[in-house]
Amino acid sequence: MIEFSAVHKRYPGGYEALKNVSLTVAAGELVFLLGHSGAGKSTLLKLIPLIERVNSGSVIVNGQNVSKMRPHAVPFLRRNIGQIFQDQKLLYDRSVFDNVMLPLNVTGVHPRDGARRARAALDKVGLLNREKSNPIALSGGEQQRLAIARAIVNRPSILIADEPTANLDAGYAAEIMDLFAAFSQVGVTILIATHDNNAVVRAGGKVKTRTLELKAGELTATPGMERTA
Amino acid sequence: MTAWLRLHGMAFAATLARLASMPFATLLNVLVIGIALALPAGAYALLVDLQAAARGVSGEPEISVFMALDAKKEESAAIEPRLRAEKGVAKVEFKPREAALEELKKSPAMGDVIAALNQNPLPDAYVVRLSSNDGDALEKVAATIRTWPKVDVVQIDSAWVRRVATAIKVGRMGVLVLAGLLSFALLAVTFNTIRLQILTQREEIEVSKLLGATNSTIRRPFYYYGVLLGLLGGGAAGLIVFAALQFMNTGVADLAKLYASDFRLEFLPAGDLGAILLFAAVLGWLGAWLSVSRHLREFEPR
Repeated sequence: MIEFSAVHKRYPGGYEALKNVSLTVAAGELVFLLGHSGAGKSTLLKLIPLIERVNSGSVIVNGQNVSKMRPHAVPFLRRNIGQIFQDQKLLYDRSVFDNVMLPLNVTGVHPRDGARRARAALDKVGLLNREKSNPIALSGGEQQRLAIARAIVNRPSILIADEPTANLDAGYAAEIMDLFAAFSQVGVTILIATHDNNAVVRAGGKVKTRTLELKAGELTATPGMERTA
Repeated sequence: MTAWLRLHGMAFAATLARLASMPFATLLNVLVIGIALALPAGAYALLVDLQAAARGVSGEPEISVFMALDAKKEESAAIEPRLRAEKGVAKVEFKPREAALEELKKSPAMGDVIAALNQNPLPDAYVVRLSSNDGDALEKVAATIRTWPKVDVVQIDSAWVRRVATAIKVGRMGVLVLAGLLSFALLAVTFNTIRLQILTQREEIEVSKLLGATNSTIRRPFYYYGVLLGLLGGGAAGLIVFAALQFMNTGVADLAKLYASDFRLEFLPAGDLGAILLFAAVLGWLGAWLSVSRHLREFEPR
């Protein structure tokens, strides 16, 4: 499903964010990417929907070599990847409902089907009764759940999340992890970057997970620990 | 295909909502464009009217030949076959001085003056029509006739009509220059308005790109905006010109009365109005395209 082979990523200015990273995430897996901030977790995630491109090596997503993908094909790749951003990137000039509609609107889904799917996504994250609110009126945990609803409304086969539990207290973080566990159970491939070990443990209590660890841009030699419920 | 149509529909709806959400700014933009377009459009309407007025007067290739006052009947008559023999002459009409005087007596303005004269001040005359309206040919024939005996004055009647026509042609060129210059005003207005919109929608554009919006989906509403702004501005220009012509017509009617004419300034023909709207729409689109191409490039999300 996701395959990195000898990936190097160097930012302009010479900073090497990723060095010779190779990894495979199989379909339906829930993989945690651990590491301190600055270890290259965000960079690694950004290579998947082509927010960044590799300098060398290859990234294969759903059988497509995205490192060679032409710019006009990128939007279609992104539609099949649910992204949860570190800074959430919610739009505060519109309602919760309209935020979830956005991925559907940009692809030209019929508004009636779109509304149905948006409500289903909101229902899944428990925000259906807040659809008319402005995201600014939501709590931190609710905002994160909204971000998740927006990421899954297109029913992507891959979900990537960058620090989804950062800045959330333990209770909210647990809710979020339960959601990811639920998506994993229905077969979504999930890659979560986090430095929150509690989150890993929480999800591991529900579904089979795997962890990878990045250190200064390199995957550590120790194979990730596996957990099963 | 239906998704594509729906994307267009949504872009259009979003554009209308955007225009309506800032009615004052929209109105000002439309007025700026309208005024910029109204200047050349108005000048053009005046030219079209002037041309129509000039067309009402004979533009036929005619030469008037006036004999000397002391020319005898036989001398005048001797000219006629020579005129007919001249190359390019299609028709020759003799106007004896007596007939001309009678005609003038009938005219209400001149009748009394003519009656007071004790001798006929008018010469015998010929009206010569040529088969072609070529200016050089007219001049050549006129020059030949001038050398004949007892011919006093040879006048090319269509000369002033052609002078007006040439002046109108120059006027048209002026209108074109004006339109070209003021088009930049329209371009600048759409360019800047859309630049501002892109800046205020920075987040939405960035997030949409991350969520899989294609570049054309993101650009589309701005194109619609530019075209709509152009169309509204063109419409405003039409209204401004119409109002100005109506206003001027009150004065024109008085002026025309002095010339015993019922001349009125007419509004632009529908075809020309359509062309102005189309031109404005294309310029609006171009302004949007320039702005979008220039500013959306900075929006590759990071």
